[in-house]
Amino acid sequence: MKIEVRRLSKHFGSVEAVSNVSFTVKEGELLGLLGPSGSGKTTVLRMIAGLEFPTSGDIFIDNIRVNDLSVQQRNIGFVFQHYALFKHMTVSENVAFGLSIKKRAKPEIHQRVDDLLQLMGLPGLGDRYPHQLSGGQRQRVAIARALAPRPSVLLLDEPFGAVDAQVRQELREWLIRLHDELAVTSLFVTHDQEEAMEVSNRLIVFSKGRLEQVGSPAEVYEDPATEFVARFIGSMNIVEAEVKQGVAHVRDLEFPAPDFPDGSRIRIGFRPYYIKLSQDPNHFRQQARLRHVYFLGVAYRLEIETETGLILRSRMNKEEFRQRRFEVGQPVSYAITQFRILPQDHGALSSPMQLPDSPLTP
Amino acid sequence: MERGLGCVHIPLYMRNPDTDVMRRLLIAIVWVYFAGLLIGPIAYLCIQAFGEGFMVFLNEVLRPEAMHGFWLTTEITIIVLLINAVFGTITAMVLARQRFWGQTFLSGLIDLPFSVSPVITGFMLILLLGPGTILGTFFGAMDIKILYALPAMILVTLFVTFPFVVRELTPILMAIGTDSEEAARTLGANEWQIFLRVTLPAIRWGMIYGATLTIARAIGEFGAVLVVSGNVLQLTQTATLHIYQSYVDFNYVGAYAVAAVLLAVSFLILMVLELVKTRSSAVTDRSIQMVRP
Repeated sequence: MKIEVRRLSKHFGSVEAVSNVSFTVKEGELLGLLGPSGSGKTTVLRMIAGLEFPTSGDIFIDNIRVNDLSVQQRNIGFVFQHYALFKHMTVSENVAFGLSIKKRAKPEIHQRVDDLLQLMGLPGLGDRYPHQLSGGQRQRVAIARALAPRPSVLLLDEPFGAVDAQVRQELREWLIRLHDELAVTSLFVTHDQEEAMEVSNRLIVFSKGRLEQVGSPAEVYEDPATEFVARFIGSMNIVEAEVKQGVAHVRDLEFPAPDFPDGSRIRIGFRPYYIKLSQDPNHFRQQARLRHVYFLGVAYRLEIETETGLILRSRMNKEEFRQRRFEVGQPVSYAITQFRILPQDHGALSSPMQLPDSPLTP
Repeated sequence: MERGLGCVHIPLYMRNPDTDVMRRLLIAIVWVYFAGLLIGPIAYLCIQAFGEGFMVFLNEVLRPEAMHGFWLTTEITIIVLLINAVFGTITAMVLARQRFWGQTFLSGLIDLPFSVSPVITGFMLILLLGPGTILGTFFGAMDIKILYALPAMILVTLFVTFPFVVRELTPILMAIGTDSEEAARTLGANEWQIFLRVTLPAIRWGMIYGATLTIARAIGEFGAVLVVSGNVLQLTQTATLHIYQSYVDFNYVGAYAVAAVLLAVSFLILMVLELVKTRSSAVTDRSIQMVRP
């Protein structure tokens, strides 16, 4: 079922936790709400569930306005970060809870519980108590419990926040498979960029109660709409520049900025992989020294210090780095191939602008 | 000897003779302390109760005055327990879950009955309801007898036992949080179903613990009840008042016999309490792992 949120706001006293947020979760989609802690994403999720009520705005589930419906009437499944299992009940009793509240027949409940435990990869654990399970198993029980009454939408609040790193990875992959199988419209909240990118079909980036960007993981990563998104997802070099005759100057670097008046101060941002490096000091125009190399697993981050003292981050994949044998401390030349102008008010970014990476010696 | 202080096991070669002496000395002190304060008096009480034979003991315990005392104590205890269980749970839930004006003040008041002497509690009630006071005159006119009757005895016992259930449940309710209750709500449960099927099972050991303490205290209460009951034989004389009366009347065997019965009941309750304590601590330990860090 589709979820639609229109101009949703929530105030806690004088604090505006969520401000004027609108988005749609398409039918069958797995959508991630991504943002740092305190950005209001959990509040949005809880308002959709009916655990909090909006100050203003509307929530539609399956095209029905649910603002005035209680949690019980909304037919949602909710998964809590810390599982929130009923500790005095066995796994089966936990999963059966929603159905027994709805007074379903015993055989039907049994069947559904068995099916779900099978689906969750928990067969034979029905008689265990929550404290006898691992974190990953508990979270799967929590998901089974939420799914048992066949909710129209599934809402997950930091579903993997409380399990350790390795299990988290397994659970993510498991959730994607489960979602492929069930195709229930799902909305999950996370503060982990990697998790959001990996799990969601689309994601929504939140900051300070505002919606920053909606898009596929690739769109959000490749084309961040705001400075916040650019900084929060992936990393960005950001430098202060002063405009003179349509050119922004940052020490010895120059960026075309034709729309800005003389003397205005702007900020320039560029992703690490838009810095090209060469061991040949004469290959590119700009000179620097390699300060540090950080191993990131799939890639290396190279920190350079320019002649004029700027510290910039570049990125290189593993194979390339190993082939080219960079050494810490060596002089390098570099070029910036693409940049964006960041607005002073932290609003929308300019579209990317290409720079010629003009090698001096082709 | 695997229990108590004796279980601090130090291998022989590591033993320092001095600390070994210290250790034994400390154990000895604990024994003497227990013997002098608890075991001795209890043993003496039992010896006195059965000193003139079992039939005499039975005779004293089965006297109508004694039987009436037991019954009255039981009656008060049951009523107080029921009221405390209900209102104690409500109070604990409100204090743990709601934020309201004057909350800190109310939380601070919970322990008040512990610091007020029961005799003073009794006097407070007399000052409030005695003849000549507004309330006293009012109830007098309505022909409702509170003072020197069962209602007053229940009221003072309620007062002195009030903290037990509340103090047990408030921290447990805070520790378990509201996550599982919210989960039940998302699964369609109404508030009453949530209380019965989620909250109550989670706090049941705490409730049993609080209830046990309430029972023990209600059975043993003397001072406050003495002041407000009038101590009328076979009418407002509880078991503890009967012991006191027998003692004053030089019926020592009668006093000891009834005291021995109360002691046995208290001992039984304490055993239940120990049992519950181990169960409930196991349960709380488990729940704490799952509570938000």
